[in-house]
Amino acid sequence: MVAPSKPITQDLTERFPGAVSKDTRPGYEGYIVSANKLTEVATAIRDEYGYEYLASVTGVDYIADGKLEVVYHASKMSGGASLNFKVQAPRDGEPEIPSLVGVWQGADFQEREVYDLYGLRFSGHPDLRRILMWEEFEGWPMRKDWKEVYYEQDAKPFKTRWPEGSVYRIEEKNRFNKNVRYPKGFDPRSFKSDGDEKLYALMRGEHLPEHQRINTDEIIVNMGPQHPSTHGVFRVVVKLDGESVVDLKPVMGYLHRNHEKIGERNTWLMNMPYTDRLDYLSGMGNNHGYALAVEKLIGSKVPERAEYLRVLMVELNRIANHLWAIGFLINDLGAFQTPMLYLAKQRELILDIFEATAGSRMMCNYMRFGGVVRDLPSRIRDEDTLDFITDLVAERLPAALDEIETLLTFNEIIRTRSIGVGVLPAKQAINGSAAGPLLRASGVPYDLRRADPYSIYDRLDFKVCTRPNGDVYDRYLVRIDEMRESIKILKQVLRDMPASGAIMDGESKYTHKVPNGESYGRVENPKGELGYYVVSNGAPNPYRYHVRAPSFINLTMLGDLCKGHKVADIVVILGSIDIVLGEVDR
Amino acid sequence: MSDELNHPDFPVPDELQGAVTVTTLDRIYNWSRRSSVMPMVFGLACCAIEMICAAASRFDISRFGMEVFRATPRQSDLMIVSGTVTKKMVPQIVRLYNQMPEPKYVIAMGACASGGGPFKEGYNVVSGIDKYLPVDVYVPGCPPTPQALLYGLIKLQEKIDKQSISQVPWYQPGGNEAVPIPVLGPDIMDPRQFEMIRRETAVEA
Ligand code: SF4
Repeated sequence: MVAPSKPITQDLTERFPGAVSKDTRPGYEGYIVSANKLTEVATAIRDEYGYEYLASVTGVDYIADGKLEVVYHASKMSGGASLNFKVQAPRDGEPEIPSLVGVWQGADFQEREVYDLYGLRFSGHPDLRRILMWEEFEGWPMRKDWKEVYYEQDAKPFKTRWPEGSVYRIEEKNRFNKNVRYPKGFDPRSFKSDGDEKLYALMRGEHLPEHQRINTDEIIVNMGPQHPSTHGVFRVVVKLDGESVVDLKPVMGYLHRNHEKIGERNTWLMNMPYTDRLDYLSGMGNNHGYALAVEKLIGSKVPERAEYLRVLMVELNRIANHLWAIGFLINDLGAFQTPMLYLAKQRELILDIFEATAGSRMMCNYMRFGGVVRDLPSRIRDEDTLDFITDLVAERLPAALDEIETLLTFNEIIRTRSIGVGVLPAKQAINGSAAGPLLRASGVPYDLRRADPYSIYDRLDFKVCTRPNGDVYDRYLVRIDEMRESIKILKQVLRDMPASGAIMDGESKYTHKVPNGESYGRVENPKGELGYYVVSNGAPNPYRYHVRAPSFINLTMLGDLCKGHKVADIVVILGSIDIVLGEVDR
Repeated sequence: MSDELNHPDFPVPDELQGAVTVTTLDRIYNWSRRSSVMPMVFGLACCAIEMICAAASRFDISRFGMEVFRATPRQSDLMIVSGTVTKKMVPQIVRLYNQMPEPKYVIAMGACASGGGPFKEGYNVVSGIDKYLPVDVYVPGCPPTPQALLYGLIKLQEKIDKQSISQVPWYQPGGNEAVPIPVLGPDIMDPRQFEMIRRETAVEA
């Protein structure tokens, strides 16, 4: 970590007069930086002000002002609130702002996403291609004036359907009976797809001068999007020299289901069940982050019991997620199925609690702005609820963890395959915006539950788990440690939770009056910092709804992690990052 | 196949009772197929997690002879489309389907695969895999619980039971044709609609 030589307290506006101004729009905070000074200001923010970690980059289309805005959130590794700064560009023509990849590696994929969805170019970006959609796709879909084929109205509930309840199949309104549209005069027969030629050319090094290109027997191999070990529809393009990985680029978007576009049509509350489907292994945590972001704007006060219920669910979810992650990591290591089955058994018991409380095993839709939707049921699987949870937390889970450790931790094969594989140095982890176990296994003690405490975490006693080596094995160990810490938290929650009391701040409502302004709510999800950047303009639906997805950003460094290893290690390294495609592609 | 074969009327002699069973060709053909359906390892989205759960500790898909998940389409009988089908992914799905040998079946698992589900209006979402592939069983839910998926699999077994070797399309002359693979252009293009696309975009004002 680079600590600033002397702490700077001078305001950014004084440090860069003329180039930086305060964001004075009501409900907004942070700074507006002029585009031509961006790199300089960002470097100062990183080195002089100590915000070494770029948490999130996203775009917003302010169509009424004719501007595209890019919003950055940076954090200090020592903790505290994040700093937000913005850059504006005109939305017409070919807007362009400088890329920050040189300052923070973590900006790489996020800038490509902004380019893909908003058509805003980043000059100096090393590889500015579309990331979620394919190259030939028409239009910049997240712009406010870009309308999808099944577009009905700007915001739900659609007046065409509600309250009369008129139902129709929207396919019938389209000539092709699908949600497709083609430009005027387009002839599919003369269309030639570039395929992935651009990408392959880049991998072959065709942009390099002749003498730097190596024309040996290197081959380019595609893994995925259909591959048994990519944890979903994820694809990597690998350049191999024999068995060794020379270069690797992830390709995603095969599960891009337009979460953000749909989210901006939905009412505020309607987005809650959608968040479950981001990282579908930790629905509770996703709910929590979104609830926090919106509560910040509304200013609701969550009742005590609801806070405890939230933490109870979120920590159970963390254990469920890590069990799954470890099971699949071991699967990727070649222990096909068996350890996985041991771990799934425990996970099922946690899902029983979710199902009994929230009504669904995975898609819990449990939290609301200002509380939670339902209290614990009185019985789960014919046992008293508290007995069931206490038994699980105090007896079953610790025993299961001990069992995993006996079977796996000192297992010779696991150690040989994972120690020293996919090493991520602490410095790069911070610069590349790694989050969650990936960051902490590199020895960086950064956990939002401690760094920027939310909910009741400041009252709970737990340790931020780190390991020093940053390899696959350490990521496995960090997950085991975190489960043990979660158990510790759960015990305190069960001990201190008020036996009864309100679970909602006021009445629960379908529509919410959300004041103008922006808000960034973040939680430490099992996979890392999950952030929601929302902008309200007072309407019943969000003006901007962005998800800072830890799985997505953690993949930025996948190429670097894999270089030099054997091709069989790719799946192991990928498994140790623990991605969920619903969140990577959104 | 002559009909007599399927309605045998051969008495089994007493000394062979217990050692010999007389059955019909259809019945033994279907029985062996329905008891060893091999699904493909193929997960798309959230529903895939419940599919894995159906195969894992508690629900145990092997009770139906289906635990042998195959990682290659060339060895599988069943494609469980478990999740949201996106435009970017659909060419690969169709290609995988074409690579599966007959007899092959498709289960649309969950709201997304059946009709687009919660993400239907999305610009990159295909509203249901049946826009491209023939589907045998639809399993509703978001996600369907493992029990629901198992019920869908039982329904598929019932469907297999009803088939007759003399009529199944894959033994007919010509067999089944491959599904043309969609192309990613300015939007996804179904080759079966190429003519229509050209016609429609030409007249568009
Ligand atoms: S049906 Fe629901 S659970 Fe299944 S893939 Fe679609 S959104 Fe996910």
